[in-house]
Amino acid sequence: MQHPTLSLGTIDYAILVIYFLFVLGIGWILKRKVKGSSDFFMSGRSIPAWVTGLAFLSANLGAQEVIGMAASGAKYGIMTSHFYWVGAIPAMVFLAIFMMPFYYGSKARSVPEYLKLRFDEKTRGFNAISFAVMTVFSSGISLHALARLLELLLGWDYNFCIFVSASIVLVYIFLGGLTSAIYNEVLQFFMIVLGFAPLVYLALKDVGGWDVLKQKLIPVATSQGFAPGTWVNSWQHVGTPSSNPMGVEWFGMVMGLGFVLSFGYWCTDFLVVQRAMVANSMSAARRTPLIAAFPKMLFPILVILPGMIAIAMHQASGGHLLPMGADGSPDYNMTIPVLLARYFPAGLLGLGFTALMASFMSGMAGNVTAFNTVWTYDIYQTLRRSSGKAELPDSHYLAMGRFATVAGIILSIGAAYLARQFNNIMDMLQLVFGFVNAPLFATFLLGMFWKRTTGHGAFWGLLGGTLGAALFHGFALSQGAHPGIKGGWITPEFMFHSEMAQNFWMAIVAWSSCFVLTFIISLATKRNKTDAELTGLVYSLTERPKAEIEAWYKRPLVLGIIVLAATLILNILFW
Amino acid sequence: MNFDLRLPIGLMFSLFGAILVVYGFLSDKAQYARSLGYNVNLDWGLFLLGFGALMLVLALKSRKDSLSHVKTAKRTY
Repeated sequence: MQHPTLSLGTIDYAILVIYFLFVLGIGWILKRKVKGSSDFFMSGRSIPAWVTGLAFLSANLGAQEVIGMAASGAKYGIMTSHFYWVGAIPAMVFLAIFMMPFYYGSKARSVPEYLKLRFDEKTRGFNAISFAVMTVFSSGISLHALARLLELLLGWDYNFCIFVSASIVLVYIFLGGLTSAIYNEVLQFFMIVLGFAPLVYLALKDVGGWDVLKQKLIPVATSQGFAPGTWVNSWQHVGTPSSNPMGVEWFGMVMGLGFVLSFGYWCTDFLVVQRAMVANSMSAARRTPLIAAFPKMLFPILVILPGMIAIAMHQASGGHLLPMGADGSPDYNMTIPVLLARYFPAGLLGLGFTALMASFMSGMAGNVTAFNTVWTYDIYQTLRRSSGKAELPDSHYLAMGRFATVAGIILSIGAAYLARQFNNIMDMLQLVFGFVNAPLFATFLLGMFWKRTTGHGAFWGLLGGTLGAALFHGFALSQGAHPGIKGGWITPEFMFHSEMAQNFWMAIVAWSSCFVLTFIISLATKRNKTDAELTGLVYSLTERPKAEIEAWYKRPLVLGIIVLAATLILNILFW
Repeated sequence: MNFDLRLPIGLMFSLFGAILVVYGFLSDKAQYARSLGYNVNLDWGLFLLGFGALMLVLALKSRKDSLSHVKTAKRTY
C-alpha cells in the first residue's frame, strides 16, 4: 500500500484554526500575569496540582509517545506496556514520595540548581550544559518529525510547516512563559485523549473486539517465529532474549528499563520535574506525579492498542494495511495516520489531526521552557555571578528569558534542518545523550540519601559513568548491526539480540560505574558541605513533612500505594 | 492567581462539540461508511458538548464560591 494521504476539508481546518486561536489566546491572557522572572520561569509557584499533574504527563506526550508507542505496539505487541507499567509508574511514585520533598523544599529553581546546592558548581555546570544542548536538539527533532509528517500526509511544504509551528510555539511561550506552556499542555492532554478515544473504539470494534484481536495476533507472532501468545502476553515470553520481538530478557528489562532509564528520566529530567516544581504547595508538588500516574497507567489503551490492532489487520489482509518502509518491513510509524485516514470522516478527522499536531508542538514547547530556564538561571546568571559582575535587576532576567526563548526556537529550527540533512548526526547525538543521561540517577540517589556524598564524588562519578557507557558501547553490538555508530567500535565483544537490549545493558553499566565511583571518590575526599548546609537537601538531615492534615485522597503515600497496586494488577491481568 | 483553566477548556470543547453536532446533522450520511455506519460526528460531538459544559459549570461554580467567600469574609470583619 501507498503512504496514506489525509485530505482535510473546511470543517477540519476550522477545528485546527480554532485550536490554535485558543492556544495563542491563552498566551495572550497570561501575558498580563507575567510581572517578573519568577512568573515567567516558575509560574510564580502558583499552579494547582491537577494542572501540574496533567502537564507533567503531557510534557512527555510528544511525538515519540503517540506515533512511537503505536509503532511499538505493532512491532512488539503488549510487551510495549513495560514502558508504562514497569518503567514510568514506579519511577513517578518514587519521585512523588521520596524526591519531591527535596526538589520543592530546597526552593531550587531547576534540577541543575539542586545539584549546585547539594554538591558544587562543576556538577551543576556539567548537568546544565548537557541538558541545554539536549533540549535544543530534542525540540528540533520534534519540529522536524512534525514537518516531515505533514509533508508526507498533506503535501504541505516542509519550510512552511517548520515556520508556522515554530512561530506559534514562540508566540505563546514568549507571552506567557512557563504558565502558558503548562496551560497549553493540559489543553493538549484533553485533545489527545478526546481526539483518539473514538479512533481506538472504532478500530477495536472493526477488528471484532479484544478476544478476536487476540486470535488475529497469533499469526503475527508465529509468522515471525515466536510462540503464538507473544503479542498478547507481557511477561510470559521474557525468559530469554530470543523468545520475544524486543530481544530482551527480564533482568535487562527490569533493571535497565524499569530502574535505570525510567528513574533517570522521570526523576531527574528537568523537562518533567519542572512541572512539579511550580505547583502551589509542597503537597501539590508531591501529588503532581501521582495525578499524572493515573492516566499514564491507562495510556497503553490509547497508544499501544491501536498499534496491535493495525498489525493484526495488516497480517490478516496479507500485508495490505501499513505501507512498506525502505527496508522491506512495514513502516510502523504510519500506524496512527493510516488508522486516522481509514476510520475518521471529515469533522472528527479535524479533531484527530489537530490532536496529533498538538502533541508535536507541546513536545517542542516543553523543551523550550526547560531550555530558557536552565540557560538563564544555571548558565547565564551563574557565569555573571562568578565573574563578579554587579547583580542586575529582576527585569533583566525576565528579558533574558524572553530572549532565550527566541534563541531556543531559532536553534531548534537549525536542529530540525540538520536532522533533515544528516540523519546520522542525529543518531550520533542521541547516542551521546544516552551516555550522559544513563548514570544521572545514581548521582541523585547517593546525593539525596547519603550525606557523605561529596561534590568531587558526584562530578567525577558522573563523568566516569558517562565514560563507562561509551566504553561499553565500544564493546557491545546487536545482531545484524555493523560496528560503528551502533556499537562495537573498539571490538564487538558482547552480542545482543536487539539494539534495545544493548541500550538497556549500557544503562545498567553506566549507572553501576557511576554509583561505585561516586561512592569510592566520596569516601576518599573531604565533605564540601556541612550538615547545616545540607538540611532540606538530604534525607537524613531533613525533617519529615509534618503529618499534614489532609483528606486521605490527597496524601502522597496513600495515592502512591493505590497507583502501585493498580499497576501490579494490570501486570498480572496481561501476564 | 491565574485564571481558571477550566474556562478555556470548557469553551473550546463546547465549541468543538457544537460544530461536530451541527456538521453531523447536515453532512452527507454516505461518508459514515468508513466509521462503521456510526454518525461519529454527531455522537462524539454530543459527548464533547457535555464535557465542555461540565468544565464550564465547574469553573463558574468555583468562581461563585470564591466570590461569596470574599463577601462573608468582609461581613465578619
